[in-house]
Amino acid sequence: MKHLIIGSGPAGVIAAETLRKADPAAEITLLCGEGEPPYARMAIPYLLKGEIEEAGTHIRKDADHYDRLRIQLVQARAKGIDTARHTVDLGGGRHLPFDRLLIATGSHPSLEKIPGMDLPGVHSCWTLEDARTILAQARPGTRIVQMGAGFVGCIIMEGLLSRGVDLTILVRSGYMVRRMMNPTASGLIRKWCEAKGVKVLTHTQPRGISAKEGALQVDLGEGRTLPADLYLSVVGVDPNLGFLEGSGIEVGHGILVDAAMQTSVPGIYAAGDVAEATDCLTGQRRINAIQPNAVEQGRIAALNMAGKPAQFRGSFVFNVLTTLGLVSSSFGEWQGVPGGESTEVLDESHYRYLSLQFDGDRLVGANCVGFADHVGAFRGLIEGRVRLGVWKQRLLEDPTRIMQAYLAAAHRVA
Amino acid sequence: MAWTKNVLRVNLEAGTCTTEPLNMQWAQDYLGQRGLATKYLVSEIDPKVDPFSPKNKLIFVTGPLTGTMAATGGRYSVVTKGPLTGAIACSNSGGYFGAELKFAGWDMVIFEGASPKPVYLLINDGKAELVDASHLWGKTVWETEETIKAQHQDPQIRVAAIGRAGENRVLYAAIVNDLHRAAGRSGVGAVMGSKNLKAVAVRGTRTDAYQMANPEAFFAATEAGKKVLAANGVTGQGLPTYGTQVLMNVINELGALPTRNHRDVQFEGAHDISGEAMHEKRPTDGKANLVTNGACFGCTIACGRISRMDPGHFSVKDKPQYHGASGGVEYEAAWALGAANGVNDLEALTYANFLCNEDGFDPITFGATVGAAMELYEMGVLTEKEVGFKLPFGSTEAMVKLAELTAKGEGFGKIMGLGSKRLCTKYGHPELSMTVKSQEFPAYDGRALQGMGLAYATNNRGACHLRGYMVSPEVLGIPVKMEPQATEGKPAMLKAFQDLTAVVDSAGICLFTTFAWGLSDIQPQIQAACEGDWSEERLLLVGERIWNMEREFNLAAGFTAKDDNLPPRLMKEPAKTGPQKGAVSKLDVMLPEYYRVRGWTPDGVPTAETRKRLGV
Amino acid sequence: MQKSLHIDPNKCTGCLQCEMACAWENHRSFTIAKSRIKVFTFHKEGRFVPYTCTQCDEAWCMTACPVDAIRLDPVTGAKIVLEPTCVGCKVCTIACPFGTINYVASTGKVQKCDLCDGEPACAKACPTGAITYVDADWTGLGKMRQWAGKTDTNPATV
Ligand SMILES: Cc1cc2nc3c(=O)[nH]c(=O)nc-3n(C[C@H](O)[C@H](O)[C@H](O)COP(=O)(O)OP(=O)(O)OC[C@H]3O[C@@H](n4cnc5c(N)ncnc54)[C@H](O)[C@@H]3O)c2cc1C
Ligand code: SF4
Ligand code: SF4
Ligand code: SF4
Repeated sequence: MKHLIIGSGPAGVIAAETLRKADPAAEITLLCGEGEPPYARMAIPYLLKGEIEEAGTHIRKDADHYDRLRIQLVQARAKGIDTARHTVDLGGGRHLPFDRLLIATGSHPSLEKIPGMDLPGVHSCWTLEDARTILAQARPGTRIVQMGAGFVGCIIMEGLLSRGVDLTILVRSGYMVRRMMNPTASGLIRKWCEAKGVKVLTHTQPRGISAKEGALQVDLGEGRTLPADLYLSVVGVDPNLGFLEGSGIEVGHGILVDAAMQTSVPGIYAAGDVAEATDCLTGQRRINAIQPNAVEQGRIAALNMAGKPAQFRGSFVFNVLTTLGLVSSSFGEWQGVPGGESTEVLDESHYRYLSLQFDGDRLVGANCVGFADHVGAFRGLIEGRVRLGVWKQRLLEDPTRIMQAYLAAAHRVA
Repeated sequence: MAWTKNVLRVNLEAGTCTTEPLNMQWAQDYLGQRGLATKYLVSEIDPKVDPFSPKNKLIFVTGPLTGTMAATGGRYSVVTKGPLTGAIACSNSGGYFGAELKFAGWDMVIFEGASPKPVYLLINDGKAELVDASHLWGKTVWETEETIKAQHQDPQIRVAAIGRAGENRVLYAAIVNDLHRAAGRSGVGAVMGSKNLKAVAVRGTRTDAYQMANPEAFFAATEAGKKVLAANGVTGQGLPTYGTQVLMNVINELGALPTRNHRDVQFEGAHDISGEAMHEKRPTDGKANLVTNGACFGCTIACGRISRMDPGHFSVKDKPQYHGASGGVEYEAAWALGAANGVNDLEALTYANFLCNEDGFDPITFGATVGAAMELYEMGVLTEKEVGFKLPFGSTEAMVKLAELTAKGEGFGKIMGLGSKRLCTKYGHPELSMTVKSQEFPAYDGRALQGMGLAYATNNRGACHLRGYMVSPEVLGIPVKMEPQATEGKPAMLKAFQDLTAVVDSAGICLFTTFAWGLSDIQPQIQAACEGDWSEERLLLVGERIWNMEREFNLAAGFTAKDDNLPPRLMKEPAKTGPQKGAVSKLDVMLPEYYRVRGWTPDGVPTAETRKRLGV
Repeated sequence: MQKSLHIDPNKCTGCLQCEMACAWENHRSFTIAKSRIKVFTFHKEGRFVPYTCTQCDEAWCMTACPVDAIRLDPVTGAKIVLEPTCVGCKVCTIACPFGTINYVASTGKVQKCDLCDGEPACAKACPTGAITYVDADWTGLGKMRQWAGKTDTNPATV
C-alpha cells in the first residue's frame, strides 16, 4: 500500500507516524513544500523571541526519526492531483503514485487587497522564511506596523517587542482577537498591550502602502499616514486549495470531509487547516485552523487510510493565546448560544476575566484571561457534553469553581 | 534560612505597603512566630495603649517551620494587645493561610494605624496592595472569602477575615482563615475591625522564598517525627478518630468538666456532645454529625472535625446555607457551647459553632459568657425583659438565639459581645465571671486539675489551655503521671510546659504534636531548617525568654501579681461530685513556688538576675 | 507490569503533604502552587480529592505538542515534558481534557506528573494511604481514562 501525504505540518507528520504504527508494511511518503524539514508554525513566535533556534521549531527532534519510521520525505510542491490515475503532479514532469492520499497542505496568509503589498519590507508571519526575514530586519528602534490582531498577530508581538522595535497594531474592527474573545476579554488584552507600550489603532484599515525615502508609508485614509520600516500583514489565513483545480475533489471554504476525514473522492483524505469538517457543538462544517485539531484530524485520517475505521468526533474550537505574557483562552461557543445562560467575573486591575456559557446544564463555551490553571478541564466539560446538574447553579454563582464542577460532574468524585 | 527574612509593613492610615528585612538577631533570639512577633510588638507599641487605638498594632506571623513538610507546619499567629484582656494577645491558627503567606515570601505582616475606610490586604507574592472593602463590610467571613476568591478569580487565594463580630468589636472576635480555622482567642478580630481591615488575602507561588538550611537532615528529622506521631495512640488514633473531642467523656468522668458556669464539675449530658456521639447515626436522618476528619496544612494528625448538620434541626430548618459540611465542634467549643451552659444538643452546638466561624467569634468565651448570663438569669439579676427571651441553664433555644444575636450584633447580643467579665460586672456580680485577666476558662476545671488552675492563673494571655497544658501530666500521664490534686512539682512542670509551648508556637508547628513529641523530636527539625545552632538548651532558653517578655509587657501594661488569680468560686466552692469531689484550688500553695522557679520576685516580677540571664 | 498512581479520595485529609513533596521533588521548594498533584477541596461536601495526570492512553498533550517536547517514558509509561524543548506555547494545556498539564509562568514551560521516574514522591509522603503506587490494573483508572470519549452523562447531583 502506497500512502502519500501532501504537506509536512503537524497534520501531515502525525498522519505519517500513525500510518506507520497502524500499517507497518506500508510505503509512506511525505511531501514537504517549503524546502524545510517538517516544522511547526506555532513555534515561530518563540524563534522570534530568540528562545529557540530554528531546529527548535522542528516537529521531531531526532535526526533519524523519519528514516527510522521509514517515512520518505520528498521536498516538492504538489501542482495537481489526477484522481483517476491516482497520481500527484509535482511539476517538471514528476508524478507520484498513491493508493491513499492525504491532503494536509494547511493554509496561507490572506492577502490584503491594497496597493503596495509587493513592496520590499511588506511581509507576513507564517513560514520559517518569513521569520528569517523578520529576524533580519527587526532591530531596536525598527518601526513595525502590524495589520491584524488575530491570535497569530497577538502571539508574535512578544517576539517583536523583545527585539526592541517600535510597534503599532492596526485593527480593522473595534476589537483584538475578536474571533476568539468577547469584547470584555478583548478589551482587557488591548489595555494590557497598551500598558506594555504597544500602540493599538482600532477601526483602522490601510488604503495602501508606498515606499518613500527608504521607508514605507502606510496610508490610513483621511490624510493620515504612518511611517514604517516593516509592515506585517497578519489578517487571517485561507486554505491551500489552488492545486486541487480540476481534481473533482469537492471544496467549500476548505476541502469537505466526512467523519472519516475522507473527501468526496474515495481514497483521498484531508486533514488540518485545509479541511472543512463538522463542528461537534454546532453540527455545521467549518475550518478549525488550530494545531490540536490538525493533529487529531491527521490521526483519524491515517487510521482510516490504514483500514482501521475511526471517526472524527467533530472539531471543537479552542485556543490558548499569550499576548505579551498575558495568557488567555477561548473554548467552544464562547459567544453563547440562543436561549443559553452565561456568567462572568472581571477583575480589571489585575487583568483577570472569566466568562462561561451554558446550554441547559451543559457548559458550551468559555473565555478566560489571566486564568490558566487546569484550563484543559474546559475542553473536558464542553467536548464531553457533561451534564453539570447541581453544579451549573454553583458555577453561575462562582465560575472560578470550574475544576470542582469538573471533578464532581465528570468524574463523580465529590 | 527557613525564614523569608522579609517583613511587610502596612500602614493602614497612609495606605502604604513597605518591605523591610527581618531583624535576624531577633530571629535568633525569639525563633519566629509568637516569639518574634511579640518582640516586634513590644518594641513598637506603648504597653498602655488602648487596644482599639490606631497606635496598637496587629501582626500576622509565621514560623520557620510554617510552610514546610514538618508535620503540622502550617501555623501562623496574630499578635496584638488584646481588647478582652488588655494583655498581650497571641492567637494561633492552622488551616492553609500561614503557609501561603510564607510561600508569598513573608515572615510577617505588621499592620499599623487604622484605615479611614474598609480595606483588605491583597498579597500576590512580592506584590501587596490595599483594596477597597466597602462591598465586604457587613459580610460574614464565609461570604468574604467567597467574594474575594471569585473577584480575583483565583480559588487558590487563602483568606483570613473578620466577620460581623470583628466589625462590631465583639471583644472576643476571631480572625477566621480557610472558612473554619481561627485565631480565636483574646479578641484579635476586634482589633482588626478597629483598624477597618476586613481581610488578608494571600497567594504565594515563589519557590525561592526561603530554603532549608540542611535539606537532607530536614527530611530525616521530619520523617522520623511523622513516624512518632503515627505510632502514638493520641496523635495516631485518638485525635484523627475523635478529634480533641476524644476528651469529653474522659474529662467528665474525671470530674473535671466545668458545667453550668463552673457550678458543677460533671455534666450529665457529656456523652451527647462527645466525640463518640459525633460518630453515631442520628435517629432523625440516619446520618452521623461527623462527615470526616480534616487536616491543616502539612498535618499528619488530622484532628479537624468536618460536620454536617441534620437539615431538619430547628436551628437550620429553613437555612440551607448551613446544610453543607463545615468545621464541626472541637472539644473546647463543644464544652463551652454545651456543658458550660448545660446544653446537650450536639446539633445546636454544631450550629452555634458554624456561626462562630461564619461571623468570627471565639466559641469558648462566647459559650462561657452564655453560661454566666444563664446564672445571672437564674439568680433573677438578668431578666427576660432585658434579654428578650427566657435564659435558663440548659436552654438550647436560648443558646442558639444568643449566638445569632452575637453574630449580628443585635439586641442582647451586643452585651454578650462584651464577654462574661464585663457582663457580670455590669450586673453587679463580677465574681461570677469565670475568667482570668477577663478571659474565660476553657474546658478543664481549675479545682479538679490543680496544675491547670495554676496554668490559668499565670497565663500571659488570660485563661486558656494552650500555654501550659497541664492536662497532659494530670490526665494523660505525658510526660509523667501527676495526680490531679497534687501540687508538688507542678509549678516546675508548668514552667517547663510554658517554655516548651512557646518554642513549639514560635517554630510554626502545632501544639498537639507534643502529645507525642518531646523537645528531642522537635529540636532536630528546627536545627535542620534554621541556620544557627539550636540546641535543646538554647530552645528552652528561647521559650523562657518569650514567656518573660510577655510577662514584662503585661506588667508594663498595668498587670500585677494580683491578676494571677482565679475566681472565688474555684478558690472556695468545692467540687460537688466525682473523683475530685471536695476540691478547691490550691493556687496559694503553688503560686509562690511558681514565681520562685520562674526567677521572679514574690510580687511576680522577673528579678534583675533573671532579666539579665534571658536578655530581656 | 506498569504501575499507576491510585487515588482514594475517601482517605484524604487535605494535609497537602503530597503537594509539598511534589513541589520539592521538582522545584526544591515546598511551594504547593508548583505541585503537579492538586488536592481539590469540596468544602460543603467535606471531601478532599487529590488529582493529577493519569498518564492516559490518548496522551492528548503529547500529540498536541508541536515541537516534540512531550515523550513517553517506556519504563513507567509516563508522558514526560522535556523542559529544554518545550517552548511554552501551552497548547497541551488546553488539549488535555483532564486539565492536568499546566503552565508554570516562572519557568515559561509546562509541567505535568512524570511519576517521578517510578518513585512517586507524593505517594511516599501521603500519611493516609490516599495516594498509592500500584499495578495499573488495580487502579480502575481505565474508567477515567476512557472518560474523555463519553458523551451525554447524567447530570451531577453532588
Ligand atoms: C505564528 C503562528 C502561531 C501559531 N500559534 C498557534 C497556537 O498557539 N495554537 C494553535 O492551535 N495554532 C497556532 N497556529 C496555527 C497552527 O500553526 C496551524 O493550525 C497548524 O500549523 C495547522 O497544521 P497543518 O498541518 O494543517 O498545516 P501547516 O502547518 O500549515 O502545514 C501545511 C504544510 O503543507 C505544506 N504545503 C502547502 N501546500 C503544499 C503543496 N501544494 N505541496 C506540498 N506541500 C504543501 C506547507 O509547506 C506546510 O508544510 C499558529 C500559526 C502561526 C503561523
Ligand atoms: S496530561 Fe492529560 S493528556 Fe497528558 S497524559 Fe496526562 S491526562 Fe493524558
Ligand atoms: S507548552 Fe511545551 S510541552 Fe506543551 S505543547 Fe507547547 S511546547 Fe509542547
Ligand atoms: S508522581 Fe511525582 S510528579 Fe507525579 S504528582 Fe506525584 S510527586 Fe508529582
